[in-house]
Amino acid sequence: MSGHREVKVNPRSVSHCWSTLSPFLFSSHTGIIRLARAMSLFSDVPQAPPVAVFKLTADFREDSHPQKVNLGVGAYRTDDCQPWVLPVVKKVERLLVEDDSLNHEYLPILGLPEFRSAGSKVALGDDNPAIHENRVGGVQALGGTGALRIGADFLRRWYNGVNNTATPVYVSAPTWENHNGVFTDAGFKDIRPYHYWDAAKRGLDLTGLLDDLEKAPEHSIFILHACAHNPTGTDPTQEEWKTISEIMKRRKLFPFFDSAYQGFASGSLEKDAWAIRFFVSEGFELFVAQSFSKNFGLYNERVGNLTVVSKDTENLTRVLSQMEKIVRTTWSNPPSQGARIVSKTLNTPELFAEWKDNVKTMADRVLLMRDQLKNKLLALGTPGTWDHITQQIGMFSFTGLNRE
Amino acid sequence: MALLKSNKVIHCLGNISPALGALSSRNSSWWGGVQMGPPDPILGVTEAFKRDTNPKKMNLGVGAYRDDQGKPFVLSCVRKAEALIAAKQLDKEYLPIGGLGEFTKACAQLALGPDSEVLKSGRSITVQTISGTGSLRIGGNYLARFHAGPHDVYLPKPSWGNHTPIFRDAGMQLKAYRYYDPSTCGFDFKGALDDITKIPEKSVIVLHACAHNPTGVDPRPEQWKEIADIVKKRNLLVFFDMAYQGFASGDIDRDAWAVRHFIEAGHNIVLSQSFAKNMGLYGERVGGFTVVCSDAEEAKRVESQLKILIRPIYSNPPLNGARIASTILSTPELRSIWLEEVHGMANRIIKMREQLVAGLKQQGSSHNWQHVIDQIGMFCFTGLKPEQVERLTKEFSVYMTKDGRISMAGVTSGNVGYLAEAIHAVTK
Repeated sequence: MSGHREVKVNPRSVSHCWSTLSPFLFSSHTGIIRLARAMSLFSDVPQAPPVAVFKLTADFREDSHPQKVNLGVGAYRTDDCQPWVLPVVKKVERLLVEDDSLNHEYLPILGLPEFRSAGSKVALGDDNPAIHENRVGGVQALGGTGALRIGADFLRRWYNGVNNTATPVYVSAPTWENHNGVFTDAGFKDIRPYHYWDAAKRGLDLTGLLDDLEKAPEHSIFILHACAHNPTGTDPTQEEWKTISEIMKRRKLFPFFDSAYQGFASGSLEKDAWAIRFFVSEGFELFVAQSFSKNFGLYNERVGNLTVVSKDTENLTRVLSQMEKIVRTTWSNPPSQGARIVSKTLNTPELFAEWKDNVKTMADRVLLMRDQLKNKLLALGTPGTWDHITQQIGMFSFTGLNRE
Repeated sequence: MALLKSNKVIHCLGNISPALGALSSRNSSWWGGVQMGPPDPILGVTEAFKRDTNPKKMNLGVGAYRDDQGKPFVLSCVRKAEALIAAKQLDKEYLPIGGLGEFTKACAQLALGPDSEVLKSGRSITVQTISGTGSLRIGGNYLARFHAGPHDVYLPKPSWGNHTPIFRDAGMQLKAYRYYDPSTCGFDFKGALDDITKIPEKSVIVLHACAHNPTGVDPRPEQWKEIADIVKKRNLLVFFDMAYQGFASGDIDRDAWAVRHFIEAGHNIVLSQSFAKNMGLYGERVGGFTVVCSDAEEAKRVESQLKILIRPIYSNPPLNGARIASTILSTPELRSIWLEEVHGMANRIIKMREQLVAGLKQQGSSHNWQHVIDQIGMFCFTGLKPEQVERLTKEFSVYMTKDGRISMAGVTSGNVGYLAEAIHAVTK
């Protein structure tokens, strides 16, 4: 539950309440400050709580303990705890800087075409029939967040009727905290959890999940983590995905995949995209919000792609035309730098191979750390079982530690 | 809301009409009821232009600067900044939600001036945005959530085409005040004042800081002063859109004069800035959104809420362009090169205006084309009617928006003669 939701009501009625509750008006501050507040249109704007994960990093920076460790933000670190710019990215950036034919002109609204198609191919596989049937499209977006947001805005306007804000949106319990914000700000009024993490057994609550799928109203939207579930690191097995898919098809539920860690989880692009590709082969129309922040280490260049799989070209065309309208009032057209880097890499065989290698390096280091952490805990005779650390996958591990 | 109703009608019609092959696939798809969106009027012009095979074709649609060879222009200060940045081998860690600190500071200073009392007192907040569009959208979203006055945004008539859908999607309502006088192709000062005087208190009024888009018609300083007075009397919230600082007159301080005057006159404005045109950083998406507050404490509260708005759209902004812009603004040598280059771009535009009018006179046009020279910035509101615009496109492959707006940036010494010919042909 995020702080901003409390103020998402008619600001005119809220502002009156806030001004009475505001500590300043009860403080011993002079009347001058009160007057200054009264004169401003924004005097009643409340202080919002900081975004937790970034506050954690801020606190970490201020901590003076010599052995401090930041296990908060999901950004890869080397064994020296340093950020890592992928060697292939450095190489491609040099190539781009040296290319005098490049300029800084606007990209098309939907983004760099070579990036969009290559991005979708990475998720679905080059040889995916859906791509050959011309029913797959991409929308370049600002990171995975941007892809989720454009997808959410589109679904709110055009899915399950027109402007149907009542369509239930299901997010896993727990999930990446921003999922809630994205779908709420896109206008959806009914965001619900689906069972996912079983704290007692420290694994997937499959029974609960399947039960939620069965009980969800038809046409509900389900946000599925393609791999390396954030924050639990716990993914369904292939058999479990098949069961999930069967129920979703029967109950006419919409799959919206969030794929932020393709390649990063197991080290294999194909393995990490298995669930997405399975759903596509089962005939679903679906969205995939892809992020290239982690697997390309391009965090601050905001590179993402919303892959749309539709029944046919005709439907896809209309969908993309409406996505354009949404993009136009959000950011007009996306930033070029990151997309150029990714596009050049994915579309150049030697660079593509080098990239896969860099990705495997990152995935392998994380897997090694999981292994070493578990072994050290066992060696220390730490109470409890720690198998979940190596069973979980991806950047995050749900330790099972309680608050204290 | 009219949009909602018309979509429902189309959806119903889709169900009633006979089942064609296409319709049956529509019915089995989630997206059967999704209408085909109309092409974007501005960007759509470029797309049509690309398809045209006429060697004399001219793209006077999008406001992107071109050099005298009609080529995109990468500023040398940008290239130099890029080289400096590349040499630093920086990491790619996420920026804070509000963006690159050095950039937002420099961005605010550029608009408000180095001696700004607002900046000295810390009573403003500037966040990095996805160019001008992103800035306007964050601004709109912020107002929709927090503005205690009427949620009516008053735009000048006409305004940039994308203003309306941006504010609408942000949750605001759109209204207008008179601005352009078609009979003079100039500023309807009396009409503007009349309309502004009637705007309900605490409504939001959008003002183009300089180089009004699409008309190129700007108020004179004395007129700005009167507007500031009336706006103060009406207690309106001023939303400045400044997409062309430096690009209009060639002088960054002159182009920011209206913004600074309003602040000095006591307006706590909100401001959108874009670096797309004045630094040629179009595709890098560099912009800022500023809120001038009562004091530093309020600015902190506003900042926290802006971050809450930004996070569920794109989490944090892209680094590349902001770093280029901030490097240019903060490196004295690069900054002077930039000021020269922006001056150069503005001058070329001014020259093209003069040459176009000279060309029209030479063609023997009997019309008064003075407005082409009087207007400022990238755009010129020719006064051409839709039918004339259509003829220009169909018969001469001259592409522009239907409202008669031409981007002077697309005019070169090589094609200005042809343009004069074409305009004369459809207006004689």
